[in-house]
Amino acid sequence: MKTVSIVALLIQASYFAAAVLLILGIKRMSSPVTARSGIQWAGIGVLVAVVVTFFHGGMQNLTIMLVAILLSTALAWYSGRKVAMTAMPQMVALYNGMGGGSAAAIGAGALLAFASVAAAPQFGPLPPPVERSRVVLAVLGALIGSVSFTGSLIAFAKLQGWMDKAFRFGGQQAVNGACFLGAVALGAYVVYGLTVPHHLDAVWIVAFFGAALLFGVLMTLPIGGADMPVVISLYNAFTGLAVGFEGYVQQNVALIIAGTVVGAAGTLLTRLMAKAMNRSIGNVLFSNFGAGGGAAAEIKGALKPIEPDDAASLLYLAEKIIIVPGYGMAVAQAQHKIWELTQNLLKRDKEVKFAIHPVAGRMPGHMNVLLAEAGVPYDLIADMDDVNPEFPNCDVAIVIGANDVVNPVAKTDKSSPIYGMPILDVASAKQVIVIKRGKGTGFAGIENALFYQDNCRMLYADGQDAANKLIAGLKAMDGGGGH
Amino acid sequence: MIDGFLALYLFMLAAFTGHEIISRVPVILHTPLMSGSNFVHGIVLVGAMVALGEATTPLEMWIGAIGVFLGAGNAAGGYVVTERMLEMFKSSKQAEAKR
Repeated sequence: MKTVSIVALLIQASYFAAAVLLILGIKRMSSPVTARSGIQWAGIGVLVAVVVTFFHGGMQNLTIMLVAILLSTALAWYSGRKVAMTAMPQMVALYNGMGGGSAAAIGAGALLAFASVAAAPQFGPLPPPVERSRVVLAVLGALIGSVSFTGSLIAFAKLQGWMDKAFRFGGQQAVNGACFLGAVALGAYVVYGLTVPHHLDAVWIVAFFGAALLFGVLMTLPIGGADMPVVISLYNAFTGLAVGFEGYVQQNVALIIAGTVVGAAGTLLTRLMAKAMNRSIGNVLFSNFGAGGGAAAEIKGALKPIEPDDAASLLYLAEKIIIVPGYGMAVAQAQHKIWELTQNLLKRDKEVKFAIHPVAGRMPGHMNVLLAEAGVPYDLIADMDDVNPEFPNCDVAIVIGANDVVNPVAKTDKSSPIYGMPILDVASAKQVIVIKRGKGTGFAGIENALFYQDNCRMLYADGQDAANKLIAGLKAMDGGGGH
Repeated sequence: MIDGFLALYLFMLAAFTGHEIISRVPVILHTPLMSGSNFVHGIVLVGAMVALGEATTPLEMWIGAIGVFLGAGNAAGGYVVTERMLEMFKSSKQAEAKR
């Protein structure tokens, strides 16, 4: 018996070490210098916790467990290695959904176990308080985890392009509201059945999960692509919270701490993201962005195209150049070519900077990742607040694949859906070159007043192609004007 | 047993910790950090393993196995994508040194 208690002690000590490593890991991930070691510390923490769990007292089904872990790890490892950097947000959504589903499964198992214990006649009329609180948190964790599970899968499908960006129908909010209330009511009934009369048919548990899973789907369906990062971040926080609650059900402190830390951090991150887009979380979840609303003021003027060679000569003469990349650049896989162009310009002793809007890409910081992938050092990359005062001194601003985040309408037109959103002040640069494939509008489907300004020229080309031609144009001028 | 106010204190302190950690992060690390925190809740795998380990009926076993499968995907996938993202963060000095 003595050996068992030593093993149990070692397991508890390992969980404690894991919790410390996870918190330190997140802390290290919050600075660019230590970030890489941060994920490794956290990785060791989870690995240690998983390994010692195999030695948990009275563990059954070890073969199934090992097979499930190895199979899933192999699949996730392979997909995570293979996927392109541009697809990162949907992969985060997918893995996050899996975590939510796992927490929901823990809740389901616990509730079924509670139901079978409650059915046993030798059990007293009222369980001790800790049992009652475990039932309540099992239900809450299962509800949140289920919503995160199906919601994240829908978000994944949308970003992956498997589903329509926004699916809406009449009376949708009423249907969603009814589904949510239904899930809450069923959850409350499950709690009641397990704690008061001590009898609950398992069918109620199944119905509760059905409603919770369905609500996750319904809640995510009407949300459009532009709002997805906020939603994924919200579900990330949900999963964390669900893990924390189920950790309480299992009386596992490592789960409580890790889950709650992520739940709180994720909630703050979600609010930061929503703020960067000038929207409240409620607005993202319950409004129909872009649909309806007042007609935006009409923009007067014409689009003025420019040839690549003329654009190259503007760059040749410029001293200070700011490049504003958007998701379109990443989709065209142009970041490597743009970096090549930048290196060419840097060699000519020009000052070149990348200006990043907080929501450029699909998530805050996503564009930084994409640029880093191409080899752009992070000290050439400037945040919106730092770079905005520099635009009036900038000779040429190159906008590539970005649209809504440089639209001055956000400052001037109160009827515009993006009114109030902070933007990059590209409009005040001396000269603007917009590299764009066609004349379409951005995510929000709004005309861009910047494109019609006198100092703006449109370079219609694919991102890679445009960068190639600009490099060629610069080189040609070396040959012609070198004497 | 962790219950009552002890549990409340635990939730409260953990929540403040999470809030503090994130509030000092630069924007460039938001996506990797979100991905990293996504990995951290992959510790749910431990809970799912215990649920499967203690399962007795076939239904509980199935649910436990699904939980373990999903939890392992969360942990493994979350780790790989975060590692890949953070691998690429270097300043121009480090990039020079590599050449």
